[in-house]
Amino acid sequence: MDAFISTYVWPAAIMIGQSLLLLVALLIFIAFFLLADRKIWAAVQLRRGPNVVGPFGLFQSFADLLKFVFKEPVIPAGANKAIFLLAPLVSVTLALATWAVIPLNNGWMIANINVGILYVFAISSLEVYGIIMAGWASNSKYPFLGALRSAAQMVSYEVSIGFVIVTVLLCVGSLNLSDIVIAQQDGLGTRLGLPPSFLDWHWISLFPMFIIFFISALAETNRPPFDLPEAESELVAGYMVEYSSAPYMMLMLGEYAAIVLMCSLTTILFMGGWLPPVDVWFLNWVPGIIWFLLKASFVFFMFAMVKAFVPRYRYDQLMRLGWKVFLPLSLAMVVIVAFTLKLMGWA
Amino acid sequence: MGLQALFFYLFAFVAVASAFMVISARNPVYSVLFLILTFFNAAGLFLLTGAEFLAMILLVVYVGAVAVLFLFVVMMLDIDFAELRSGALEYAPVGALIGLILAAELIIVVAGSTFSPEIAKTISMPIPALADRTNTAALGDVLYTHYIYYFQIAGLVLLVAMIGAIVLTLRHRDNIKRQDISKQVARTPATAVEVVKVKSGQGL
Repeated sequence: MDAFISTYVWPAAIMIGQSLLLLVALLIFIAFFLLADRKIWAAVQLRRGPNVVGPFGLFQSFADLLKFVFKEPVIPAGANKAIFLLAPLVSVTLALATWAVIPLNNGWMIANINVGILYVFAISSLEVYGIIMAGWASNSKYPFLGALRSAAQMVSYEVSIGFVIVTVLLCVGSLNLSDIVIAQQDGLGTRLGLPPSFLDWHWISLFPMFIIFFISALAETNRPPFDLPEAESELVAGYMVEYSSAPYMMLMLGEYAAIVLMCSLTTILFMGGWLPPVDVWFLNWVPGIIWFLLKASFVFFMFAMVKAFVPRYRYDQLMRLGWKVFLPLSLAMVVIVAFTLKLMGWA
Repeated sequence: MGLQALFFYLFAFVAVASAFMVISARNPVYSVLFLILTFFNAAGLFLLTGAEFLAMILLVVYVGAVAVLFLFVVMMLDIDFAELRSGALEYAPVGALIGLILAAELIIVVAGSTFSPEIAKTISMPIPALADRTNTAALGDVLYTHYIYYFQIAGLVLLVAMIGAIVLTLRHRDNIKRQDISKQVARTPATAVEVVKVKSGQGL
């Protein structure tokens, strides 16, 4: 009995505790990221943004949560009820499941698996199902068109994201997310004889890939300027048209969880994860998770600024960018990076 | 070990049950969704055997791309599936025969080492232990080092098939307006705008 408790019950309890801690922290962060998104957008347009609930409107997201939960969920008569309710669940579960392998600090993750980056890639490629199911189950024109658009868009941009990840993997030689961060301790800067610093991170040695990854991440998460699945001037709210109250909130939550995930992934792949920007004692003293959060917040700030600045793409332009610009470019970079590593003997 | 067996039976049961639902569901969209569930559980079974790379690739390729296209097509096509199904029983004997052949082949492959133990020795590429080589690296050794030419030829065959599909479906119409992005970007105010002085009281 003791053996049973020590081999199964304790590890399970610890894992569940860790997962709950991560989920709660993540949901609170997403609430504030959502508020930050609205505040940044408002500031660019010289508005105040949400400023009523709590000091500076800080608790707006929690007020929204209460409102969503207490409203009546309306299910259209023609909708396929089971899939209609399953779609938000799928979207939010998949978006949160990916976080199991994200290393927030050295060794801080729920599961340290060998194929971490592939796991993230696989689960984030499944997020399209939440959208397609929502669009189809609504049994209505606009949601269906939105779902078709988003399916084509996500499948297209996944290809270039995949190739960008391959170039990073070529430089690192491992699919483990922690190894990817640790490999950025030495790189371009240390080869030039400088002390370990932010110049070693992949963002500078793989610069075009960094930009391609950022733009593809925008398209993959349906963020403006690529938010065509929910382009309000054409499709009202796309696949979300028929959703209300808690199911709508879960679709939004899934979307923002995916956005914050892409920010963290950019941080891990290109910006050195939890590593401090310069190797000095007082920066090393700051816990790694603070650096991780700062970098992820910076990437999110860029996401929000793009939303505020850039006009929306037309759908054919979006497809052209994905297939005719990013795909050849990233494919060429895979070949170039592989040849460089082999010829210089760095691999 | 008990936990692994538990998960094996969980994944195996859900995989078989949802595979059955794929062929018995009335709505084709449900069929595709159950197919996705089957793929998912197959990935779980791969994970249990330690083939983590294959599990993830199964998810990326089949669930993330192929099944999306299935779902796409099934949702968009307006096919009367009830009519399609009406004559399905006529093909039952052929289906049963194919199933029988497949089952026999699977038994030969899986149970081959039991029937003739020396067959294991003919495997030229022994599988390295999980501890000293991750299976991503082991697969890379096999595909890119020992069998690189076969692998490249397989890729070439796929490329030819892809080009063939594009050639067959591409319909280049001449009588429509096309956008040339480079031309649009290269436009300057000098080539695009003409400034005309209009005298007051007169038109152009």
